[in-house]
Amino acid sequence: MEFLSDIASLTNSTLRISTPLVFAAMAGIFAERSGVIDFSLEGKMLMAAFVAAVGSYYFGNPWIGLLMAIVSCVSLSMLHGFASVTHKGDQVVSCVAINILIIGLTTALAAAWFGQAGLTPTLTNDQRFLEITLPFADALREIPIIGFIYSDILSGHYIFVYLAYLSVPIVYWVVFKTSFGLRVRAVGENPSAVDTAGINVFTMRYKALAINGVLIAFAGAHLSTAVNANFFREMSAGRGYLALAAMIFGKWHPKTALIACLLFGFTDALQIRLQGVELPTIGTIPVQLIQAIPYVLTVVLLAGFVGKAVAPSAIGQPYIKER
Amino acid sequence: MVSPILELKDINKSFGHVQANKDINLIVNQGTIHGIIGENGAGKSTLMSIVYGLYQADSGIISVNGKEIKLKSPRDSIENGIGMVHQHFMLVENFTVLENIVLGFEGEIIFGKNLEKAKTDLKNLCDTYNLNVDLDSIISDLSVGFRQRVEILKSLYRGAEVFILDEPTGVLTPQEVDELFKILRSLKEEGKTIVLITHKLNEIMDLTSAVSVMRQGKIVGHTATESTDREKLAEMMVGRSVLLRINKSKVEKGDVVFKVENLTVKDDLSVIRVKDVNLEIHAGEILGLAGVTGNGQTELLEALSGIREVESGEIYLNGEKISDSSGLLNPRELKDKGLAHVPEDRQRMGLVTDFKAYENLIFGYHDQEPYSKSSIMKDNQILDYSKKVMEEYDVRPRSPHLITSNFSGGNQQKLILSRELNENPKVLLVGQPTRGVDIGAIEFIHQRLIDMRDKGAAILLVSVELEEVLSLSDRIVVMFDGNIVGERVNKDVTDRELGLLMAGVA
Repeated sequence: MEFLSDIASLTNSTLRISTPLVFAAMAGIFAERSGVIDFSLEGKMLMAAFVAAVGSYYFGNPWIGLLMAIVSCVSLSMLHGFASVTHKGDQVVSCVAINILIIGLTTALAAAWFGQAGLTPTLTNDQRFLEITLPFADALREIPIIGFIYSDILSGHYIFVYLAYLSVPIVYWVVFKTSFGLRVRAVGENPSAVDTAGINVFTMRYKALAINGVLIAFAGAHLSTAVNANFFREMSAGRGYLALAAMIFGKWHPKTALIACLLFGFTDALQIRLQGVELPTIGTIPVQLIQAIPYVLTVVLLAGFVGKAVAPSAIGQPYIKER
Repeated sequence: MVSPILELKDINKSFGHVQANKDINLIVNQGTIHGIIGENGAGKSTLMSIVYGLYQADSGIISVNGKEIKLKSPRDSIENGIGMVHQHFMLVENFTVLENIVLGFEGEIIFGKNLEKAKTDLKNLCDTYNLNVDLDSIISDLSVGFRQRVEILKSLYRGAEVFILDEPTGVLTPQEVDELFKILRSLKEEGKTIVLITHKLNEIMDLTSAVSVMRQGKIVGHTATESTDREKLAEMMVGRSVLLRINKSKVEKGDVVFKVENLTVKDDLSVIRVKDVNLEIHAGEILGLAGVTGNGQTELLEALSGIREVESGEIYLNGEKISDSSGLLNPRELKDKGLAHVPEDRQRMGLVTDFKAYENLIFGYHDQEPYSKSSIMKDNQILDYSKKVMEEYDVRPRSPHLITSNFSGGNQQKLILSRELNENPKVLLVGQPTRGVDIGAIEFIHQRLIDMRDKGAAILLVSVELEEVLSLSDRIVVMFDGNIVGERVNKDVTDRELGLLMAGVA
């Protein structure tokens, strides 16, 4: 039974840890499929976390916090678009600027509003999202296997966890099965082809960036109003970059990006789980070694295990029509 | 009964200080093939991009079927029945033919609902015009000729009545050109109108019924094709009389200077691109290497000039082994041995385009006397030399301080040529010497190459322009899929014959 509960807790933490990665990777897919590099996932996630926490605290309703987070992230995406799409600036520079801006801005605003550098007040349970117990979870627990999967693994997550995994098939469908998705992909591969088909390249990229903003907002809100009950300094902790890596490992494809996110989430969950645990014959593994697992995995993956990742052809290139 | 379908009136367009189009007036009649001819940079493409709505004219009026139209984007042109096949195809490489064609005209939010109907329509169009395109293939799997058909089909599907084709034959084999011309004629028979932009005089004479000549952004004349000829058109294009045929004296060819034995070369992706190639070039001979782009010529040239690693085989210069799989000499040492290289991609490999002209003129020799002494570059010497060379090669404008990227293609090529020829090389490797070069400069460059030959240099000329290979070479080899598939002495070969070799069917 202990083995089963180990599996349950490992699976649950994998799903939870992967959630912001999944949102961010899906957000990244939209931006980059349209030809706009998005290194600013990190900054936007941080912004969303801050705004969601502040909004929930002021209005006493986490949904309002989430809505404000969406507005803030879409605005940042538009800012990125304004610099790199409209004014054809360097996309990476624009992203780095956003990331640096947000680190400073969130810390300073928290200090100004709440008197604590980079910390927002703790949210009460009314002001944050709580775990959702699926209907009949208790009743079904006794059924072998199915009951275990339903009650101990599927049930009892934050709403964002469900939304994240729901977003994957939706993103897949939009990108590959709708005419909008066709245009997004085309604009990232050969913007001239889109332009000569009479579609505005800039508008397409802005639309893709807007969706990117909405998706990344969920990742931030998950961090500050679900798994935690406040915002703290640099709480995104590199997840935006990790998601970007997952997206690249996943070759800009929602399904494979999901697998990469889960893999990252799993190694992270595993390293937390293994800390201080005595393993048979090996003994206790030094904590530093365990913490290195996700990074070692990243390097191994990067070193060609996933094969050559082919980015959208026009990525990073501002569209210039006239010479 | 002829009626004008497309009418341009006083069109002006500037890019910054450069006036690309000046007071353009043009009438294209319905159901005709109308040629627009002019040198590179004469403003033909700009003008047609305005008609297609990609660029907006600064002033002027465009009318279709007598009705004035406002063109804010290609969408407006498409709705007015104008279609354009661009020089660089506007296709998404990893999409299918069908996806490329319906892009922008999908009809439904959920992609796929309308596809069956689109497929039926497209199949009908394919049959009517004999296009023979598989709608489900991925673009990157298609040959250039077929990609072009996809572009034509795309315009047809969008309901085009006027087809603008920008330099459509630049990348085609002679056989593919024949096929294209058949398609264009059948379009005409169905009552469609075609505007053909080209710098090739033959195409104008073969295909069009009326022709407009552009020079330096202006239209310098309209004429019926039957009342003109190649010489007259060339003169109008350049503004002076042009020698269309090269005067080539007969030269006794000397010993073998450059020899390639069983050469095999891989590309960056480790695909074998040059397969067991053998070549011999004599002193005082131009060996022409013909072939469709991408059949290994690039890799061959790079290997011969020491830039690319040799997989197996040997290269000899004057009997001395200069390269095999173990490397041997680097490009620098090859240069010292008398091998010069005018690379295919002049902007990437031949020049540092952000440098000033005088810097590029001596690049590679910059650390040698007289340009340099004890590692200090001698600006005065270099500038004097540059002025002299620019005069000699008629580089325009003659300003050594101008950034190289601001020169036209032809003048950039002259910069490279002067640098490479000035050391009197024994072996000269030349790739696409006149790609993107205007007709006046072509004449000059060709004459220089002939002069080098007459002086006893061994020249390898790699070109996709069949006409160029035919007019310059003493001997011609054809490359297909990495192999040398044929060798001919120039005087008894036809372009038909070479075309078949280039297509790999002979």
